[in-house]
Amino acid sequence: MSKFKKGGGKSMPAISTASLPDIVFMLLFFFMVTTVMRETTLKVDVKSPEATEVKKMEKKSLVSYIYIGSPTKTQQSTFGTKARIQLNDVTFSRKEVGEIQNFINAERLAKDESEIPYMTTSIKADENVTMGIVTDVKQELRKVNALKINYSTRKSKEKN
Amino acid sequence: MGKRRELPEINAGSMADIAFLLLIFFLVTTTMDVDSGISRKLPPMPEENIETPEIHKRNIFVVLINKNNKVLCGIGSPKNMVEIDGNGTISSSLKEDVKEFVSNNGRNENSSENPEKAVVSLQNQEGTSYNMYIQVQNELTKAYNELRDVKANIDYGKDFDKLEVEEQKIVKKFYPMKVSEAETKAN
Repeated sequence: MSKFKKGGGKSMPAISTASLPDIVFMLLFFFMVTTVMRETTLKVDVKSPEATEVKKMEKKSLVSYIYIGSPTKTQQSTFGTKARIQLNDVTFSRKEVGEIQNFINAERLAKDESEIPYMTTSIKADENVTMGIVTDVKQELRKVNALKINYSTRKSKEKN
Repeated sequence: MGKRRELPEINAGSMADIAFLLLIFFLVTTTMDVDSGISRKLPPMPEENIETPEIHKRNIFVVLINKNNKVLCGIGSPKNMVEIDGNGTISSSLKEDVKEFVSNNGRNENSSENPEKAVVSLQNQEGTSYNMYIQVQNELTKAYNELRDVKANIDYGKDFDKLEVEEQKIVKKFYPMKVSEAETKAN
């Protein structure tokens, strides 16, 4: 009754796996090239609000990020739960909002002079923060003439 | 020395495993987040001794979000309440009001003279939640996007997104988005 174990039949030739490494390497290079490693570790919790009319940001190299949110769990012992502003790797309280001017100036120094007018500041604020702190940040940005801003949002589905 | 021994070939069978390992590492660490958001331009700091030009009341549409996240809107002053349902969704009446105001073109005496002069003034208070603020910004953007879409369809027979860059500029010039974000009012 052994229908499948027929001796002496033509045996299937084994599929060559020699090209498998090549395929895998191709995928590997794709991911290596597209990967962007996070430069900063977030010290504040940011859950962006949702919106429908969002636009993709262009020229990522010209964007400086400002994070606003309450400190993460590990930071809460030092800073409490009040909303803080993160610039690069350091967080600041609302009273130290003036640091933004230094931050923007440092960002500008790192860029070519001709690119400065195209620089954008992306405000990544948590949906639960109040406008008070956001307005303070906006005021500081106006003072250093960094007028192009972007409110970071997640794209939500159309709701009516 | 006698006969050279033949070099044994290196087994490349484990190459795939190594490559897979690396591949999985990059797969896991890759974050494919696309940055997106609502773009705005802040007004420059007012220079001293320079009087800001007065804007006629009929050309200002005021939207006020107060500290309890209630939205009020109206031409000249925020007098109408905008309904917000339990999920925090803003009623589309805000968007419709903005559209009507911007595209009034002087028909109604108490509304804007033309889209170029029409200014939407967005005001908030200290305790306004950021989420609500973004939702309102979203509605305002939507109003302008819809107006531009209508204009693009009349002039070019296409949606605004599908126009050439030059054509987009013309439509944008016809409906310039003037949203003023005033400083937070005290309290």
